[in-house]
Amino acid sequence: MSARAGTGLRRGGSHHLRVNPIDCVAHGMCHELLPEQIALDEWGYPVIGDDPVPPGLLALARQAVQTCPTRALLLERRRTE
Amino acid sequence: MTVTLSPTPLALGGGPSTYWYLTRSTGAVALILLTASVALGVADVQRWSTPKWPRFVVDGLHRQVSLLAVVFVVLHVVTSVLDGYAPISITAAVIPFASSYRPFWLGLGAVSFDLMLALAITSMLRTRISHRAWRTTHWLAYACWPIALLHSFGTGSDARNAWLLWLSIACVGVLAAAVMARALPDFALHRRSSGAALGAVFGFAVFLAAWLPGGPLAKNWAKQAGTPTSLLGHASSLRTSAAGAGSGRPQP
Repeated sequence: MSARAGTGLRRGGSHHLRVNPIDCVAHGMCHELLPEQIALDEWGYPVIGDDPVPPGLLALARQAVQTCPTRALLLERRRTE
Repeated sequence: MTVTLSPTPLALGGGPSTYWYLTRSTGAVALILLTASVALGVADVQRWSTPKWPRFVVDGLHRQVSLLAVVFVVLHVVTSVLDGYAPISITAAVIPFASSYRPFWLGLGAVSFDLMLALAITSMLRTRISHRAWRTTHWLAYACWPIALLHSFGTGSDARNAWLLWLSIACVGVLAAAVMARALPDFALHRRSSGAALGAVFGFAVFLAAWLPGGPLAKNWAKQAGTPTSLLGHASSLRTSAAGAGSGRPQP
């Protein structure tokens, strides 16, 4: 996993987390796994900035995506900006 | 087809094969793991958590315990085929009601195993299939568990042994609590389905209480359950020759 993240970065891409607000029902597991990147609003819905996910947190970000009970969390790779 | 893989006949006077002990113990462990899996699944979906047990821990445990349950059921199936005392083929272990040995009760085991495989496969592919397909399939867990328990009572030669009976009763208790924890909070919102779930738990418990004494706990159950006559005779001669071995073989 981390090896793939490394190549992604070398290619100049960056990973960003995004939430599908229609699917999200505020289980909040993404915040538990990745509080560095995902905050919760007062109703328990995730608030995610547009900052790229640092390489050291990519494995956790992928786990958060896998764990989301409604599959509302997405990890997108953007090419060079 | 009743061809068994490398049958291991009983050693003369030496008691049952190792596979026989393995298939009984893996079956009992699988029952415990399946119960834990359902309980953890309910805790997961009901969003149960504490500061020391965050939700992703409950979710991770549910996945790992369920996977372990699949492993133990596979061991249970393989060892029962390898044992070779009862003519159980690998086809009968997967295709329901295809067995000559206790066809109905072994068939329930096969149904339960197939449901488990469906649950495991859809869960592994969860991020690749539609969420609705995964969720619909996952409801089968509530069918898989009671079918597995009935298989345990109907086929299991330990049904009349106190340790398995108490273990089963404890598992029924845990599962009833889990279903109630799942259904009760939704009662106001989904009156019909919650009521049906609670009714099913109550009905299942009443059914077990009414059926067990005259069924698997009765002396003539092996014959009633469809054990081939050749094995019934064999078992009675075995009982006299290997008395005291505590083998718990199906007895007439």
